[in-house]
Parts: sequence; structure tokens; C-alpha cells
Amino acid sequence: MHDLSSSAPNPLAGLKAKRLGRELAAAIALSALAALGFAGDLRSGSFIATAQAQTAERIVAAGGIVTEVLYALGLKDNIVGVDTPSQWPPEAQKDKKSVGYVRALSAEGVLSLKPSQIIAVEGAGPPDALALLKESGTPITMIPEALTPEAVVAKIAAIGKAAGAAEPAQQLAATVKTRFDELDRLRTGLPKQKRVLFVLSLQNGRTMVGGRNSTADAIIALAGGVNAASAVEGFKPMTDEAIITAAPDVVLMMRFSSAHNATPDELFAMPAFSQTPAAKQKALIRMDGLYLLGFGPRTPNAARDLMAELYPEAKIAQLSAAK
Amino acid sequence: MTLAVKQTSSASATALAILAEGRRRKGIIAVAALVGFCLLLMLLSLGAGAFAIAPGRVADILMAKLGIGQVELLDSREALVVLNIRMPRLLLGALVGAALAISGALMQGLFRNPLADPGLVGVSTGAGLAAAATIVLGDRFFLSNFAMKLPFALLPFGAFFGGLVSTLALYLIATRQGRTSVATMLLAGVALGALAGSLTGLLAFISDDRQLRDLTFWSLGSLGGASWTKLSVVAPIVLPLLFAVPLLARGLNALMLGEAEAYHLGVPVQRIKALAILLVALAVGASVASAGVIGFVGIVVPHLIRLSIGPDHRLLLPLSAIGGAALLVGADIVARLVVVPAELPIGIVTAFIGAPFFLWLLLRRGRIAEL
Repeated sequence: MHDLSSSAPNPLAGLKAKRLGRELAAAIALSALAALGFAGDLRSGSFIATAQAQTAERIVAAGGIVTEVLYALGLKDNIVGVDTPSQWPPEAQKDKKSVGYVRALSAEGVLSLKPSQIIAVEGAGPPDALALLKESGTPITMIPEALTPEAVVAKIAAIGKAAGAAEPAQQLAATVKTRFDELDRLRTGLPKQKRVLFVLSLQNGRTMVGGRNSTADAIIALAGGVNAASAVEGFKPMTDEAIITAAPDVVLMMRFSSAHNATPDELFAMPAFSQTPAAKQKALIRMDGLYLLGFGPRTPNAARDLMAELYPEAKIAQLSAAK
Repeated sequence: MTLAVKQTSSASATALAILAEGRRRKGIIAVAALVGFCLLLMLLSLGAGAFAIAPGRVADILMAKLGIGQVELLDSREALVVLNIRMPRLLLGALVGAALAISGALMQGLFRNPLADPGLVGVSTGAGLAAAATIVLGDRFFLSNFAMKLPFALLPFGAFFGGLVSTLALYLIATRQGRTSVATMLLAGVALGALAGSLTGLLAFISDDRQLRDLTFWSLGSLGGASWTKLSVVAPIVLPLLFAVPLLARGLNALMLGEAEAYHLGVPVQRIKALAILLVALAVGASVASAGVIGFVGIVVPHLIRLSIGPDHRLLLPLSAIGGAALLVGADIVARLVVVPAELPIGIVTAFIGAPFFLWLLLRRGRIAEL
């Protein structure tokens, strides 16, 4: 496609000749470089990024948190596509095209929505698809993962900035920060900390719990509890004995819509759970999974609600900044 | 088949000649039909996709690429989609499909077993284990800077060498005093497969949510990562193999009579075995490395061809390659269109469209055709 332009005098041709040179060099070094994985870097510069008109943003949001923040900022009309984990607000899945699971995006599928901007959470992929999207000249903003209040606030600001709504995003971030601060004050007035076991699933009697460095661990800490499964890393199955040893005061689960949900009676009849302090009070808390583990603008409120459920006797106040 | 060969060998020379003539004509028709079908699918694949492009526009872009027509067209997003997304994807699909199917045909001929597939000699399981190891352990043990650059290349190369190493190990286990026992190889392949499976399970156990997702999607296969870079690595490995494999056709035909019989016919049995295994390891290793694990193609395409044109390897091998290419290119069209703008893993589609067709063919025949 380049052979015609090498001698033409206009600047576009010069550009093309440069591209030809670069691609030739790339082709020669290809086998060696490809083997080392540098090809992605080289290729990302090979297409001229076209400056997109900022008037009508067409944003593809990859990552539930991105969609949630964009909706919270009132930018829903600028969204053309969302990924499958974008479950909040619920209308996002109904109103917007789905580009599939965040880690299995299709380059052509995303491009077919003619995006002017792609905002993706860290971990979106696969890398090949992202490389192709970069090559197409579409700006991509990656939003890092966040489990601390400071990082959540920063994340909101970053998403807003990428979407061309830095000012409203700063306001939202400030509100969220105020709520986190209030949550800190609520936490200092708590009675003796309760041990909380987050149970992700009970497949075939195998208990999958949320260990340290998991979203469950972070939200339990924000709500003023102690993670009873902190001996485990991430979401992992835990043995019956280990659950008894962990001695949780409360079991925390996600609320599912499906019928085969263990009732408190069924759960605490299981040998592993029957021997825990939680069994005496049948202390089972169920909360919406996305609300609980989403780590977005709603997180201070989710932590406050969990706190109120954990310590009913403490009469936890509503967050004043909450609407 | 053994019976058929004995019968024909005892038949008169004229009958034999008529039979051969009939088969040749049938073969030519089959090749022409399948090649045509495959090309049709390829054109469809270039024209169809989530990104709407008019067929005329696709033609314009192809012409511009060849230097005829408006060259400015090549800077458009449409050109990027056609030339840098669909084209490499289509070619990778054709290559991988051809490699998997021809490897399946080769394995079934070598093992004289209709159930043999490339997975049996350990390529897929070894590649799978190596890929799981790069996904899960790559993050942990490589220097962060290294890992930032490499995950894109580490996985395919890990998978490729995993496949080669496990195949080589199996071959050495099954070879005693210069003789390779196919039965030992089959059994040892099952054992090593189980071992690799358990190790992969162990890796899945220690992986985090993200790595687990990666593992799952990789094991279902996808052509989504196709690029000219990837193609420039895979094509030089797979293309020569596709042309090398049919050279073994006569030897495989003789092997159908039995190893001893083939040996006495002057066929270098041991050399054919070693060569076939090497070719399969290379072809499947490269396929798995570039597109993940895509099941079904290697085992079923050769059967489809055999059911339609008979077991002569001189036709079976090349036709399997074309059939495999057609199946994968076709399946990829479905994978890309059915949940637009997302896409399905192709392994789901190959089995979903291929298996019912295969069953229908079997039922129509009334019995499973003997090899």
C-alpha cells in the first residue's frame, strides 16, 4: 500500500514514506522483536492518531466502575457501549450495546461502535485487542484498580477527566471523600470489633471465602469488622475445620436472585458453620454484591449499611452527605 | 478398509483401473468443491463483522491495497478493520484450522485408530500446562518490568515449547531399541495428559480471579488476537508443514495394512512414525500457541472427509486441511457476529456447529464408517 507514494511531493506522502521506512524496519526486526513482545509498542505508533472532535463523545466503558461513575456524572448519553460487568445502574445493560466480558473484548466489536474514547479498568483485555484499538487511533484511558478510600476518590476523578467532565467529577469525588471521612468517625465509636466471614459461594458444600487483599476484605475493614478469613489470600475455598477455627461472629454473603440460596437455618446446620459463634445468633447478612464489592461512588454508603447490620445496637447514623 | 484393499488387489486389472479412474474424478470434484466453499467463506469473512462496511467498500480497499484506486482510502478506519483486523484473522483461522485438521488425519492414520487426535500425543495437554504456568506464574516470578513487556509473547512461546517438550517426552517413553510402540504411546499419552491436567488444576487453584478468567478463555480458543505480527510468526512454521504432511500419504496408506505388512512392502515405518509425530507437534504447537485450544476440528474434520471421499490419504490429507480451514473460518464468522459487538470463544462455535452436522452424517450413513 505504500509503493505509490514514495516519490510524491506532498507532506502526506512524506509521512507515508516515513511510515514505509518504519514498517520496513519493523518487518526486518519482526521475528526477533515479536518474540520479545515489543511489537505491541512499535505498532501502537504506526497509525496516525486522529484528533477526535470533543463535541459529541462516544465512550465505550469497559469495567463496571467506569459505567457507574459516568452515569453518576450524568454522562449516560455519551456512552455507546458497556461491558457485561457493568451492572449498575441496571438500565446500562438494557440501553447500551454490550461489548462482552471486560477481559475478552473484541477489537472490531468495539470499533464498530465508532468510539471517540475508550475508558477501561486495569485488567481489561486481551492485550492484542487493546493494541489493535490503540492502533486505530482511538484514545484509551486505563483506570487503575482501587480498594482504599483515597484510590476510589482518585479513580472517580480520573474517569471524569477522561470523559471530558473533570469539573463535575471533582465535585463527585469530593462528596465521596466527605462520606468516607464520616465513615471514619462512625468507625471510632464502635463497640468490640466483630469477626466477619465473607462467603462467596457454597458449591457442592465447598465454601469459597474472601481472604485478605480481596474486595470483601477491604469492605469488611471499612465497615469496622475484622476479616475472619484473613489467613487466606484472595477468594479461595476454605476447609470446614478452618471455618470453625476462624470463629466468625457474622457470616456475610451476596444476595442472589436465584432460588437455591441457603437460608440461615440451612447454612448454620452445615457442620462447619454450626460450630461458629455466628450460628448461635444465626447471624447471616446478605447484601447486593455489586453495591458491597463495587468500590465506586456508592462504597461509603455500602460500608455504612454493612456497619449498621453488623452493630445494630450501636445505632449507626446515616451518612449526612448521602442523598 | 483392509478387506476392501484385499478384494481390490485380487480383482482383475481392468476393474482396478475403472475404480481408480472413478476415485480420481470423485477426488477432483471434491477438491474443487471444497476449495470453492473455503474461498467463499473467506470472502464472507472479509465482508462480515461488527464494523459495518459495504461490500463494494471492502473491494475498494483491497484494490487500493494492491495499488489500484484511491490510496487515501487506506488511512480510514474501515481500511484498518479490513486489512489489520479481518485479514490477519481470516488467514490465522485458515492456517490454524488446516493445521489442526491435517494433524488429526495424520494421527488417525498413524495410530490406525479413528479416535486418535493431536491431543493424544500430548501436544495440547503440554501446551495447555505451559500456558497455564505462564498465565499464573508469569505474574509472580518474573521481574515486574519483564512481565510488563512479555505477557503478550510469553504465552504463545510457552505454549509452543510446552507442546514440543511433552511430545518429545512421550516419543522417548514409547521408543525402545529404535522401535516406537503406538500402543505404549497412546497409554502413556493418557497418563501424561492426566498428570498435566492435575498440574493445570493446581495452577488454577493458586490463581486469582483475573488469571482464572484468562485460563478459561484461553482454553476455549479465540482468533481475536490475530495480527500481522502473530501471523508472521505462525505462517512460516505452519505453511511448510501443510505441504510436507501429504508427502507421507503413501506410507500411511501402506500402514493401514498393518505395521509388519507395510515394513515388508518397503515402507520406512519407523521414520514415518517419527516424522509424523514431529510434524503434528510443530503444527499443533503453533496453532495452540496462536489461538488457544480449539477442540473438535482435529478429530472430526478428517472423519467428515473420510465419510465423503474414502480413506485414501493422498486425498484425505489435503482435503482435511482445506476442510479444517473452511470450518474455522466459518466458525469465526459466527463467533464474531452472534453476540456483536462482543465475541464468543471460537471453541464453543466449532463444536456447536460441527457436532450436529457430524451426527447427522453418521446417522445418514447408518453406521460409523470403518477406517
